[in-house]
Amino acid sequence: MAGKKLTFALMDSAFESARTTTAMRLIDIAARRGYDITVFAYEGAVMLPFAKQEQHANKVHGREVEEENHPLPRKFIASMMTEAKKNGGSLDWINCGLCVDERGAGEAIEGVRRGAPPDFWKAAETTDNTLVIATR
Amino acid sequence: MAKYLLIESRDAFDSKDTTTYGALAADLARDGNTVTLFLVQNGVLTARPSTQAAVLTAAIKAGVEVLADDFSLRERGIPVSRLVAGVKAAPLDTVIDHLAEGRKALFH
Repeated sequence: MAGKKLTFALMDSAFESARTTTAMRLIDIAARRGYDITVFAYEGAVMLPFAKQEQHANKVHGREVEEENHPLPRKFIASMMTEAKKNGGSLDWINCGLCVDERGAGEAIEGVRRGAPPDFWKAAETTDNTLVIATR
Repeated sequence: MAKYLLIESRDAFDSKDTTTYGALAADLARDGNTVTLFLVQNGVLTARPSTQAAVLTAAIKAGVEVLADDFSLRERGIPVSRLVAGVKAAPLDTVIDHLAEGRKALFH
């Protein structure tokens, strides 16, 4: 079913909800299939591709940075962009501009673009299906 | 009739909405629609035998296909052999299959 187009709307910020893990897993599956994927990141979800996310040591666990190997959503997203492209698809990640400004989250990884809710509407109109993963 | 995919991520002991959501799935099936209720994250906790599992049993009886994310089950140490009768383990790929098929999809 290559050539399919899917749209996802996300609202949760990084490091907060299992919904983000599920969203990443879903997008990853679609990327591996070579689908054309649009993600509209709304509200806190604009922090997911924030470029300043950094790994850290964990003194409580007694681990240095490398040992802790803390997962970073920005790296997941970059990896999925590469994976989608490798398989003949694409991952178009749109960050809600106003949500970005509110949070000072302008420094996103390469490939993320600024948009607005009408972009989500357009994507939903032109893709095969849309899944909204709203915050609780 | 239409085809639906209802994704449940919440634990029935934590969110009473899950009962309503399960009832929605059952009603849609009774109306002749094709319905899959996909449990993920803490949603799979409802698939263990308990008082809360009645909503799943009712949905299955109404014709709903109830699936539980195999990864979420493993994360929580729930063996497939301990699931309520009629609930099947499935990979998350199933959700993408249904989305690609064009099912009407909801995430709760």
